[in-house]
Amino acid sequence: MPVMSTFTASAPDDETRGSAMAREPEVAAAHAANGTGAADELDLEAVFRDSHIAEVLDELDTQLVGLAPVKSRIRDIAALLLVEKLRRSVGLTTGPPSLHMSFTGNPGTGKTTVALRMAQILHRLGYVRKGHLTAVTRDDLVGQYIGHTAPKTREVLKRAMGGVLFIDEAYYLYRPENERDYGQEAIEILLQVMENQREDLVVILAGYKDRMDTFFRSNPGLSSRVAHHIDFPDYTPGELIAIARLMLAGLQYRLSPGADAAFQDYIDRRRGQPHFANARSVRNALDRARLRQASRLFGARERALSKDDLVTIEAADILASRVFAASPRESAS
Amino acid sequence: MRLTQGTFSFLPDLTDEQIGAQIEYCLANGWAVSVEYTDDPHPRNTYWEMFGLPMFDIRDPVAILGEIRTCRKTFPRHYIKVNAFDSSLGRESLRLSFIVNRPPSEPGFALTRQEGAGRTVRYTTRAYATESPEGERY
Repeated sequence: MPVMSTFTASAPDDETRGSAMAREPEVAAAHAANGTGAADELDLEAVFRDSHIAEVLDELDTQLVGLAPVKSRIRDIAALLLVEKLRRSVGLTTGPPSLHMSFTGNPGTGKTTVALRMAQILHRLGYVRKGHLTAVTRDDLVGQYIGHTAPKTREVLKRAMGGVLFIDEAYYLYRPENERDYGQEAIEILLQVMENQREDLVVILAGYKDRMDTFFRSNPGLSSRVAHHIDFPDYTPGELIAIARLMLAGLQYRLSPGADAAFQDYIDRRRGQPHFANARSVRNALDRARLRQASRLFGARERALSKDDLVTIEAADILASRVFAASPRESAS
Repeated sequence: MRLTQGTFSFLPDLTDEQIGAQIEYCLANGWAVSVEYTDDPHPRNTYWEMFGLPMFDIRDPVAILGEIRTCRKTFPRHYIKVNAFDSSLGRESLRLSFIVNRPPSEPGFALTRQEGAGRTVRYTTRAYATESPEGERY
């Protein structure tokens, strides 16, 4: 059936090009549009350049450390959207691809940050019209009494139209232990909009891997409407250090060589402890190091300070962390 | 008699696409858009029923068009208008208001003369539609 509609839809296009054969050019166009090359008059490279998508992808590479599977999936999606654009330009059928996604991963692996980038990328590609991100949780969608949920969910969906709706910790929407929970109602409205208004809204569900898996298992309708399941891996120690440097550079701080070594040690120890939240833990550790640096500078205020002093975080600022205090006791016991 | 109230009312009815473009303009200016309906078309009837609350924080006209469609489905034979409210300091009033739905037939208004003391004549207009009770007009 789709093949038939392809021919009928592009028939007028043929006439304008003055092509004698009805079908052969279609096939050739289809091949070119599928990305086999810009050999004919179709120039994928030009579309790529015009979309300015390269800047966003480069930004993604430089500003987000690691996350190789995520980046490759984003590239795939970008490529698909560009090819769709090209297909449309030659009059081939282009069903709007379903772009609802699920981001799973441990805390602090960059799900929200990537969602924000995703909104920009989809906006550049002209897939969403406004490119804003509406981040919500269960509280924003589910009401407290009967009849409260539907208007609340619709309100959120209205605000998200033309952009990306990011539902953090989406598994809280479904509470199997309470059969009168209103979360199910929110899911149903969500499903309806995800299906019928695909061109108006992209929904990204995010959460921890195992709980999201359970959530999708108990809501097969939702799972089948989410085309892209992207898993965010944990960061390696090297990546965490790179993230720390990036964060500090953004705040105009730097680690002294001693502090650098101390921070690597800190990350090795912190990773082994409970409640380790990847990049979020790194940011918290750096915030505390900045506090200690400030009070160290304040304690030595009779001494004249240089600009260098204000910028540098010393090893002592990091070694004062209670992560270092805890470890010897652990190794002793 | 065709009701002429609000902006664009002397033009042919706007298509959904044109309504969307007007709403896009409102949103670009940061105005809050709301949908109202009534079956009492008297020009002094400024209090139309609100169809939901005014919609703040909306970025895309599709959301409001959806609301207009729902309102049309609920009240297919009522007048429906779209208002754009500017909340900026010193303005705080409607900036744009136009009708997006009207009943299939509009009987118009009667002019009533009331003879007062001496040779005084008072004039008043009354919509023919309001002769029947609310909800049964049009």
